[in-house]
Amino acid sequence: MTVLRTAVDRESVEYTANRDALLAKIVELDVEQAHAVAGGGEKNVTRHHKRGKLLARERIELLLDPGSPFLEFSALAAWGSDFTVGASVITGIGVVNGVECMINASDPTIRGGASNPWTLKKVLRANEIALQNRLPVIGIVESGGADLPTQREIFVPGGRMFRDLTRLSAAGIPTIALVFGNSTAGGAYIPGMSDYVVMVKERAKVFLAGPPLVKMATGEESDDESLGGAEMHARQSGLADYFAADEQDAIRIGRQIVGRLNWRKQGPAPKPDPAPPLYDEQDLLGLIPSDLKVPFDPREVIARIVDGSEFDEFKPLYGSSLVTGWAQLHGYPIGILANARGVLFGQEAQKAAQFIQLANKSDTPLLFLQNTTGYMVGKEYEQSGIIKHGALMINAVSNSTVPHLTVTMGASYGAGNYGMCGRAYGPRFLFTWPNAKSSVMGPAQLAGVLSIVARQSAEGRGQPYDEEADVQMRAFVEAQIEEQSLAPAMSGMLYDDGIIDPRDTRTVLGIALSAIHNAPVKGASGYGVFRL
Amino acid sequence: MITSVLVANRGEIARRVFRTCRDLGISTVAVYSDADADSPHVHEADVAVRLPGSAPGETYLRTDLIIDAARRAGADAVHPGYGFLSENAAFARAVIDAGLSWIGPPPESIDSMGSKIRAKQLMSEAGVPVLAELHPDAVTAADLPVLIKASAGGGGRGMRVVRQLADLPREIESAQAEASSAFGDPTVFCEPYLATGHHIEVQVMADAHGTVWAVGERECSIQRRHQKVVEEAPSPLVERIGGMREALFDAARGAAQVIGYTGAGTVEFLADGAGKFFFLEMNTRLQVEHPVTECTTGLDLVALQFDIADGGTLPADPPATRGHSIEVRLYAEDPAADWQPQSGVLHRIAVPGVTAEFAVSASPAGLRLDSGVADGSQIGIHYDPMLAKVISWAPTRTQAALALAGALARSTLHGLTTNRDLLVNVLRHKAFLAGETDTSFFDQHGLDVLAAPLADDAAERLATLAATLSIDAAERAAAKVLGGIPSGWRNVVSQPQWRDLDGPSGARHVRYQLTRAGLEADGFADIDLIAHTPTAVVLTVSGVRHSFDIARYGSTVFVDSSTASVRFEVPDRFTDPADQVAPGSLLAPMPGSVIRVAVSVGDVVTAGQPILWLEAMKMQHQINSPADGTVAELPVSHGQQVDVGAILAVVIPTLAP
Repeated sequence: MTVLRTAVDRESVEYTANRDALLAKIVELDVEQAHAVAGGGEKNVTRHHKRGKLLARERIELLLDPGSPFLEFSALAAWGSDFTVGASVITGIGVVNGVECMINASDPTIRGGASNPWTLKKVLRANEIALQNRLPVIGIVESGGADLPTQREIFVPGGRMFRDLTRLSAAGIPTIALVFGNSTAGGAYIPGMSDYVVMVKERAKVFLAGPPLVKMATGEESDDESLGGAEMHARQSGLADYFAADEQDAIRIGRQIVGRLNWRKQGPAPKPDPAPPLYDEQDLLGLIPSDLKVPFDPREVIARIVDGSEFDEFKPLYGSSLVTGWAQLHGYPIGILANARGVLFGQEAQKAAQFIQLANKSDTPLLFLQNTTGYMVGKEYEQSGIIKHGALMINAVSNSTVPHLTVTMGASYGAGNYGMCGRAYGPRFLFTWPNAKSSVMGPAQLAGVLSIVARQSAEGRGQPYDEEADVQMRAFVEAQIEEQSLAPAMSGMLYDDGIIDPRDTRTVLGIALSAIHNAPVKGASGYGVFRL
Repeated sequence: MITSVLVANRGEIARRVFRTCRDLGISTVAVYSDADADSPHVHEADVAVRLPGSAPGETYLRTDLIIDAARRAGADAVHPGYGFLSENAAFARAVIDAGLSWIGPPPESIDSMGSKIRAKQLMSEAGVPVLAELHPDAVTAADLPVLIKASAGGGGRGMRVVRQLADLPREIESAQAEASSAFGDPTVFCEPYLATGHHIEVQVMADAHGTVWAVGERECSIQRRHQKVVEEAPSPLVERIGGMREALFDAARGAAQVIGYTGAGTVEFLADGAGKFFFLEMNTRLQVEHPVTECTTGLDLVALQFDIADGGTLPADPPATRGHSIEVRLYAEDPAADWQPQSGVLHRIAVPGVTAEFAVSASPAGLRLDSGVADGSQIGIHYDPMLAKVISWAPTRTQAALALAGALARSTLHGLTTNRDLLVNVLRHKAFLAGETDTSFFDQHGLDVLAAPLADDAAERLATLAATLSIDAAERAAAKVLGGIPSGWRNVVSQPQWRDLDGPSGARHVRYQLTRAGLEADGFADIDLIAHTPTAVVLTVSGVRHSFDIARYGSTVFVDSSTASVRFEVPDRFTDPADQVAPGSLLAPMPGSVIRVAVSVGDVVTAGQPILWLEAMKMQHQINSPADGTVAELPVSHGQQVDVGAILAVVIPTLAP
């Protein structure tokens, strides 16, 4: 085992400046997350409490084992859209009666908990995490159904929510619905498709059609309780398996159900008593340059997230712009690929492809620490086959079946995003640091490319090029791309699972790895044709 | 010569006698009831004989079984301890008739003193001052208040103070019932009741050759329900009043001589503040509080008992006394809840700084522990709930009191509510330290003050936080998954962690967060968490470091610090609707048997009206209606055994008009 050394100088001007810059980003993140936590605002929250109801987050807190962590996903979902940040639903992994579960709770203080397109994306992502990692799903249901003005974007894809539930069930992953309020029309299929259903007395309302629609459809007079009350479903329809006296009772029953799942994690157990890193996580703030153009040594990051700061580097002298090696994190073995100087050359790509295959042979999960500007361009590199080399790496990443974790530490540009297991390559979890940026290329480069193309086009037509307009265009494009590449914008689109404080990286990855090991960890048996 | 002694007793007194036996090379035989099968006294004895059953009447009060046990185990002597058969002349005769040595006075002496009524007459005739005896039927309003006593009694059982003539018949009836149950003799008598006074007693030791010692006096004025709680030697009153000691010693020796007493005995007197005293009774046995006399004289009274039983001769004079010794009786009882005896498991008992057990320490000062229990002992409902006697001995009374208070405050006592805090408060009380002790001590200074917990509100709050943090650490350590992740970690923080604890002053709700910057706890300013593990928490408050030891037994948490111990119950986080109790339910405060039911279902009752009586720990507890209302349910009946928390009755309160 090799213990990493550190060269971080806490007294340096850069350290202080970097730290200040990153802390400012973290404050911005906190402000955005506070919007999500605020839900439907003070008035709605007060009204909800006055009805004797717990808030969605209060329900989750009560459901979780005291002192256990909760890793919330997509807290900034819908950021930059017309919808409330957080998308009216909370999803995350929490421990219930000693079992890691995927919890999703609709927030009834925001438009009655109605689902908008972002809500749907967020819930479907949560279901995907549950299915891939074999996490029992607990739904805390109180939702007025679809947000009707956006039904066009919800109705058709929304069917997947119910398909997911029964597929989870078919895969042997239990699904539990705790119905606290409305769950009507399409929403009725959430309890309908769940393995276990708990309904709260005089609160749950589960029917296909409410009294007005029934009256219109058949002329029958009815009321909420007889159509879909908890007592009716517990005594007559049999849709409710458990009749809860009140909200806390529903949560008590939910915990009891999980306690009886006889849940066994299928992945290997972590090594006990892992040593913490030797170096302070606080240094992460000072060692990450505020300017993405300045490279940093990812070993300084690795030294602050892996057990005992121990890292056995693989092929250190070959393709040194990408660091690869073995470590352990919260007791779980991992292979790490980390960009060292941004650019990926042919050697780096080949090294990555080999390393990924080795990890698959030893069933070792992989961690990608992204800080890449993409694959090298230029005549020399094209001629020596940079496309083939990039393809090798992308082939290996795509067909690797060990779990992948990705953290975007800084830049994530171009095909580097793909090779380093960006969102489209299906990492089990992808988290972003607040300073990170991601786009097809750097904003300045993109604006410059547009400018060159426009200039060539003008010259081709024999027209004079408007230099003043060019300056304006470049500034506008650069600003727009810059804004779209920022972490909140990417996270708002659900291109990651959340923005995290860099100091939480070890904790977040620890929770993710533990969750991953609910499913078996097994390497790939085949890849696409490697173009050699 | 005595070679093997059977102790016809249990608990600390059995261990006390065994200790001397071991010093003298005498073999030891224990007897034990089923409830005591695993008790320290049984493990400590060389051999032990079972007495089937648990009730005293089936076991420690069975002369035939005990004689048979002695015979089978090869004992050649029987020591009765105190209580049980220790003052039973028939038992003494049976021992002697069986050819065994009886470690006690002649049966005739026991007879003479066994009836308190007769004893008073004898003493009066011998010129010892006595209080007038009143026949229960002859009590008039002018005699009030009067004290009802069981003629065959001891230890306060069957005693009742009557202040109103109307109460007399009922109290006599109840005293008779208790006396009958405890001593097998329902005879009671009345005496004028002196509300304040000093309980002074003289330890006597007499050999069969005419030497009678008055070894020293003890003062045991601090009593609850006529049972001694704090005992000391010498008596502060006797120290103050010139010539009183000589007069007391003369009276005590006279009492012993007039009945031809041999062995160890105690002559008890009631004295007023001026030193005028009256004979109360003579206890013809070793006394619970004998250690204070041993500590101040250096004598081993049990060794002297053996010597006298063997026909030995006492020196002409007892040794001079030295220093001051104070004994407290540590009881499993709740002084704040009408002294209710507690039953259950004593998880842990540890008194710091003990220099000797069941013996006088060699050093010129020290702490003695006479304990009948050990970690894990089950404190049952069949016997006295005394856990241990803790005795200090020091050159001065103040030193003895403060050393004892300090040791008690730092003691680890887990499992049952005890009178520890009360004892510490008494020992540290200004009046106590000034020697102003009389039988009204508790009334005069108020139980609200004396039984107040050592932990004040601020200390209890801090202990609540310490308990919370230790539970937190314990749960992280025991977590099946993600135990290595920081407690309560959230990437999106919406609210603090919280925990509910039921403490001595009620429900406590702790809200806290363990952030990267440290501990944040609602209501605590300037607080830092230095360490927290399942068993220890260190906090600094305004820069002052406080350490807590924490122990958990199921849902019970004990937080011990150098100044106080606080007990918490961790309520379930959730309420199961099936566990809900109907309002107005009267729950059994302790396990016991229903001895009388005064109402029927449908009866209209007023607040405070007796509903039924429970007998537990040989005490009768009256269960009163909590409100004006109607008896809706009465699920128990006469004679029924009930567990603690059982519903005894449900009273539906009458709605206010």
